[in-house]
Amino acid sequence: MMTAPQDGGSTIAIDVRDLTRRFGPQTVLDRVSFACPRGKITTIVGPSGCGKTVLLKHLNFLLRPDSGRIVIDGEDVTDAGWSELNHVRGKFGMLFQAGALFDSITVAENVAFPLVEKTRLSRQEIAQRVAEKLAAVGLEGAGNKFPSQISGGMQKRAALARALIHDPKILLLDEPTTGLDPTRVGAIHHLIRGTQQRLGLSAVLVSHDVPQVFEISDRVAFLHKGRMRLYGTVQEITSSPDHMFRSFLAGEEIDEEEAEARSSALAR
Amino acid sequence: MYRITKPIRWLGEQAIGDLAALGRFAIFFVNALLSALTPPYKPRLIVRQLRLIGADSIFLIALIGWATGMVLGLQGYNTLHRFGSEAALGTVVALVLVRELGPVLSALMITARAGSAMAAELGSMQVTEQVDALSVMAIDPVQYLVSPRIVAGFISFPLLTAIFDVIGIFGGYAIGVGLMGAPAGSYFHGITDNLTPHDVASGFYKALIFGLAVTWVCCYKGYHARRMATGISQATTEAVVLSSVLVLLWDYFLTSVLL
Repeated sequence: MMTAPQDGGSTIAIDVRDLTRRFGPQTVLDRVSFACPRGKITTIVGPSGCGKTVLLKHLNFLLRPDSGRIVIDGEDVTDAGWSELNHVRGKFGMLFQAGALFDSITVAENVAFPLVEKTRLSRQEIAQRVAEKLAAVGLEGAGNKFPSQISGGMQKRAALARALIHDPKILLLDEPTTGLDPTRVGAIHHLIRGTQQRLGLSAVLVSHDVPQVFEISDRVAFLHKGRMRLYGTVQEITSSPDHMFRSFLAGEEIDEEEAEARSSALAR
Repeated sequence: MYRITKPIRWLGEQAIGDLAALGRFAIFFVNALLSALTPPYKPRLIVRQLRLIGADSIFLIALIGWATGMVLGLQGYNTLHRFGSEAALGTVVALVLVRELGPVLSALMITARAGSAMAAELGSMQVTEQVDALSVMAIDPVQYLVSPRIVAGFISFPLLTAIFDVIGIFGGYAIGVGLMGAPAGSYFHGITDNLTPHDVASGFYKALIFGLAVTWVCCYKGYHARRMATGISQATTEAVVLSSVLVLLWDYFLTSVLL
């Protein structure tokens, strides 16, 4: 089993150290450590219920850990208060699993929302930036529609435009292709990759679209039962002999005892 | 030994759980009030809620107020007629409306119309992660979603109650005087002579407190809707039932204090 890299300094956008989170008696994240390099896409994969989304929600402080540290841009923000958090959250853009667009306002108003609420930009400037972002995600003509009037793929793109409107440094994406048909999955993946490269963003992506998502990933983390089982470059991970990962990749039910026995045998 | 201690343990756990829930309920309210007093102030959000809770409820409140006034006019006339006191009809109708039925029925109707909508909307926003989206944008969801509703409830409940009272008094007049033949002059004279500022104030105090209680309960239930298929419907039902029960219980308590 590979371990999380210990590389520090300014090349790391998010550094997670020994993160543990319990819900009642259940330990959902168990001493998870990994580091997301700056300007790269780090993808977290794993079976359903392994703690992927919970981990992502710790990165933007929707949840707080029971123990462990979270370092953003070299700054330990684990115990940050509300005002500090506001500052840190300004660095993030987040794309939620279902888009989380506000359904009572139009797509353009959704995209403009963070600027309207958090900045003093003029209406004209906001409208200009909204038009740019909508064009960047291919939604030029959809600004006046309500979220319920556009397709699931368009909603994801609108949500991506909203996540990017304030020019964040770090993009968090929670299963951006869930519920989309296979032809749309590739389009959304390429949109994410293109946007990330164009803006030089650091991104953390939670996905179960394996192996397709590896095409746009720089680093991959395999989470299983709340533990970081594998972490490394795409090449390292895909060539890993770990049987639990191979079973997951093949879409087979993971027989833990057998996988552990085989992995131990290989390690010996 | 375990068998003996098990029920005691269960009771203890229940009590601790209920106390913790009450604590969360209270903290939520205090948070919302403090957030309302903390900048940035968003008057347009309060105005929007004033429209949804207040302006959009006027027709319903007027209708129910008119119907209640008509019933009071009819029943009041028939009862007073037995004692030859038809001249007191205006006083009876106005006192019953202003002190009791106005604030209580208005609160129940606003709960049914705006309170349920409030719980459903916040519940839907919670279930679809829109509340989380606000947090991620560094916008305090309680300040953005809950505080304006509570402030708007505090303002609109007394105003709607006033509309209910006035239209109810005219409804009573239409039936008691227009249909049953009670003396027209004494109807309004009775009201102006016997309705004291204390009567009016006690009705408004009730409406103010109901405004806070209903919006608090409905926002709390919606905001804490569970992320499951039945989460929104359950939150809405609980919000309406708990608000209605609280209105009636508080009404008794306030009446005993304000009498």
